[in-house]
Formats: sequence, C-alpha cells, structure tokens
Amino acid sequence: MTTLLNNRYAILAALAVVIAVLPFTFPSNYYLRVASLVWVSAFAAIGLNVLMGKAGQVSLGHAAFFGIGAYSAAIGPAHLGLPSWASLAIGACISGLLAYFVGRPILRLKGHYLAIATLGFGVLIALVITTESRWTGGPDGMPVAKLTVFGWRIGTAYAWYWLSAAFLLVGAWIALNLDDTPTGRAFLALHDSEVAARVVGIDVAALKLRAFVIAAVYASIAGSLLAMMNGFVNPDLAGFQHSVELVTMVVLGGLGSIVGSIVGAAVLVVLPQALTVFQEYENLMLGFIIIVSMVFMRDGIVPMISKLIARAR
Amino acid sequence: MRHWRREFSRRHIDIGGRYASMSEFLQFFFSGLTVGAVYALVALGFTLIYNASDVVNFAQGEFVMLGGMVTVFASAAGVPLPLAALIAICVAVAVGLLLYWLAIAPARGASAVSIIIITIGASIFLKGGAQVAFDKQFHKLPSFSGDAPIDVLGASILPQSFWVLGGTLAAVLILYVFLEKTLVGKAVLATSANRLAARLVGINTATIMALAFGGSAAIGAIAGILVTPITLTSYDVGTMMALKGFAAAMLGGMGNPLGAVVGGLLLGLLETLGAGYVSSTYKDGFAFVMILVILFAMPQGLLGRRTVDRV
Repeated sequence: MTTLLNNRYAILAALAVVIAVLPFTFPSNYYLRVASLVWVSAFAAIGLNVLMGKAGQVSLGHAAFFGIGAYSAAIGPAHLGLPSWASLAIGACISGLLAYFVGRPILRLKGHYLAIATLGFGVLIALVITTESRWTGGPDGMPVAKLTVFGWRIGTAYAWYWLSAAFLLVGAWIALNLDDTPTGRAFLALHDSEVAARVVGIDVAALKLRAFVIAAVYASIAGSLLAMMNGFVNPDLAGFQHSVELVTMVVLGGLGSIVGSIVGAAVLVVLPQALTVFQEYENLMLGFIIIVSMVFMRDGIVPMISKLIARAR
Repeated sequence: MRHWRREFSRRHIDIGGRYASMSEFLQFFFSGLTVGAVYALVALGFTLIYNASDVVNFAQGEFVMLGGMVTVFASAAGVPLPLAALIAICVAVAVGLLLYWLAIAPARGASAVSIIIITIGASIFLKGGAQVAFDKQFHKLPSFSGDAPIDVLGASILPQSFWVLGGTLAAVLILYVFLEKTLVGKAVLATSANRLAARLVGINTATIMALAFGGSAAIGAIAGILVTPITLTSYDVGTMMALKGFAAAMLGGMGNPLGAVVGGLLLGLLETLGAGYVSSTYKDGFAFVMILVILFAMPQGLLGRRTVDRV
C-alpha cells in the first residue's frame, strides 16, 4: 500500500479505475454532478499543492485565479464572441501572466506576510469582479455558454463527468511527473531547506515563481471548467472563503501528496452536499472540520494513513 | 455586507455633499476617525495576541461581531443596555479563552501558516455558530445618547462617533496602564519580549497567552458594541473587520501597540477620504492595496522590526 502510494503509475491506474467504476455505483445523475465537482476541485487543489506542498509557499488568495478562469469562460463567449475552449485557454494565460507579475514581489515575503499579501491580492480580484458589473453581472453573477467542441455540445452530466475526469487524470499525471524533472528536484531541495537550496545554486526566487504560475494556471482551468459545467458564475468563486476551502483541501489531504489533494477535495465537496439537510450548519461544519483537521491531523489524511500502514508492518 | 456598507455611507458620507468643501473634508475626516478607531481596536487586539503568542488571529473580527450581536439580542430580551453590553463582553471573553484552550494551545509547535488556517477555521465556525444561534438579519442598537447630529465647524457629527472615539481612547489608556503599571501586565510584556526568558523567571506563559486571548476578545467586543449603533451588525461582519484590522496592524508594524492604533486611524481616514474623493465602489479595496504596497516596499511594516534569519 505504501509502495502503491509512491508509484505514480499505480496511482494513475488506481485513479482511472475509480473514475471508470464510480458511475456504475451511482443511482442518479445528481451523483455524477457531485463527482464532477470533486474532479474539478481536485484539479485546482493539485495545482495549489505544487505551490504549497512542493515549493512550501502558501496562497490565501488562490480563488482569485479560479475566479479569473471562471469569468473568462463566461465573458469570452458572452461579450467577445470567442469559443468557450479558447476562453479557457485565454483565462489560463491571463492567470499565468498575472501570477508571474504579482508573484515576483509577493513571493519575496515569508510566513504571515506571505499569507496576508496573497489574501489581499485575492480580495482585490474578488472586489474587481463584484464591482465591474457591466462585464461580470456584479454580485448576482452571470450565465455561461455551454461548451461546444467540434460541433458537439457538451451538456449532459455524463459528458461532464468524463471530461472533468480526463482533465484530472492529465493534471495529476503532469504533477506526478514533475518530481522527476530538474524543477521537481529543486522543489524538493527548497522544501527541505531554502538556505541549503540557495547554497547549492538553485535560483530560489525563480523556482517559487514557477510554482506560483503553475498553481495559478491549474486553478484558472478548474475555474473555467466549473463555470462551463454549472452554466453560471458568481463572485463567491473568487472569494476569500473559497480560497480557504482550496487551502483546506490541500492541507487536509496532505501537503505534497497528489492523492491527498483528491481526497481533500472529495471531503470538502461531498460533506456539504451530504449535509444539505442542515444547510444552516454548513459554516459551522466547515469551520469545525478545518480546526479539527489542522489540530489533530497536521500531516493530512493520506500521509497519516500511509504512516499507519508502515507502522503496522 | 453590502447593505451594511450602503447604510454606512448614507449616514456618514453623503451628508457631506450638501456642505462646502472644507466642511465636507471635516465630515470625511470625522467619519474616517470613527471607522479608524474601530480598526484601531481590532488591530490592538491582534497585536496583544501576536505579541504574547506569535499567533495571527483571524478570528479577531468575530469578537467584534459577538460584541454587537450579543448586545442586540440581550437588549431585545429586555436586559438594560449597559448590562447587555457587559454580558456581550463576558461572552466574547469566554469564546476567546475557549479558542485558546481548544484550538490554539493543542496546536502548539505547528507552523505559522497552520495556525493561521486554524484561526480562519475558528472564524468560519463562530460565524456559522452566530448564524444558527441568532439569525442572518441586520441589527441595530439605539445610539447611546440620541441621534441629533452635533455641528462641528460645519460638519455634522453623530453623538455616537464621540462614544466610539472616547471608548477607543479609554481602552487604549486602560491597556497602557495595565501593561506598564501592573505586575501581570509586565509579565505579558516579558512574555512578548522573550518567552523562554519569561518562563525562566517564573512566569506561567500559558496563563499569559490565555489572558491575551481573553483581553483581546474583550477589546474586540467593546469595538463591536460601540460601533453597532452606526454601522449595524450581522453574523458575517467579522471577516471584513478582521481583514481591515489586520491591514491596520500591518500598516503600523506588527507587534507594535502604538503602531496598531496609528495604523487603524490612518486606514480609516484613507478609506473614507478615498471613498469620498476617489471611488466609493472600491472603498474596501484601499485597505488591501495599502497592505500590498507596504509589504512590497517595506516587508516589515512601517514601524516593524527587521528580523534576521539564523541558519
């Protein structure tokens, strides 16, 4: 099991099996929708995990990139007459460029200062989205055109299930492969000791920036996918609470663990859905989960399980 | 939240439009000071906790919310206002202590960012709790001494503004006397200066940290009670309050109590003048632009100390 958790092809194969088998266990389309939501959130969480788990930098404003992606998918077709898939790509480019320029000064900061700067950046983007209502529909949000690829309209729950799952598999594959690239090795060094990494000649600033851009592009693509899937966007997607949820997915699942990000996303997406009966209690539950998981499972779910298994041997 | 903002600007900013430019400026200035005083109290609460325990407490705004909401509901239940306010302060202090004992103390040794996430979790938890225990409506308290505006050099000031400013001044003075003149206060200062050394001279630092959380909660609740007659309150006012208070603390330099007060007043003035003269739709943005500019230009804040990493 521990070797399974460490072998990337085993992880991808297991993920593919889960994705292929799940729909047969679902009694209704509603479950397909929830599962697609998990895949999309997991996609964003995996990107953020590259920044947090690998490069060791936090972002409390990551929903901003998610929001940029979502609103690109909404604004492109509605105001500029662009096809949806091109809007997704443009959104990803905008997010990447923005991350590149904002990341330079922000990533010089450490600890609380980094947290508050990313948070401020996120709140500003959300504020712009809420205020520029001519383009974004303001606080009420706006509808999003359905995705059309080669004349096919992707609209059914099944189509979105497979599409989001395909994106997740590719996203996970890229993130897993990162470990074997020079960038991935440098991340490892940076995570262990920034000073040591610098001493052996790694350009730490450029490395952090690369992680920030990667994470922004992942979040942006996830945002576009969610917007097209739901057919609707609102400013909450870019809001502070969504940023906190994304960070919680990563930390709850386990920093640095790709499987962990998927598990964390599943917990944070499924739990509120399961608790819709107690909709009043949603904030109470979310806060409780965050506190308990941070206090008692500091390593996150997946690393904790693999540690338990290793100890059982 | 939006409703709250609209209400606030209607009461405080638009009034100025009818006057000539100097009195308009004064109008903005006093509004800014009033808002700034509240930010100053929140920032002071931040600083107290940060100094004693290195924790950046994002749940600070929830104390402001609790102060307002508990007072509203207690006085609606027939409790006289001063007693209702006292109950609210006690509730906030109890919550502050529980926050320390149940969430912060058990996480000792976790990274700065983990602790930040815990306090954000606590903030969401308290917001959710207030939503269930109270309701999702906006609530108002009656002004402490009437609603008739007082004319100061052509600007009309609400009497409640003087309560806010006076209350802030009193809170700052009491905190100053406590820290400088009492033995317990000196123990707090010693703990913030050097925790290990404080423990060596026999100070129970765990008690001091709990005290900081309780005191900080009381300061936040007082801010909430004073400002509710002007700005209204609801279960979700805390998040924005915490972010603004944090910006203020940062502006003055983290860990500097005087800086927190100055930073709060500056931020309030900047926001109100910005909303009055530049753009009222981006009013909430000024605080965050400020944070980013200060962090980029002076990563340690206006009055903060430079820290050196030991390898």
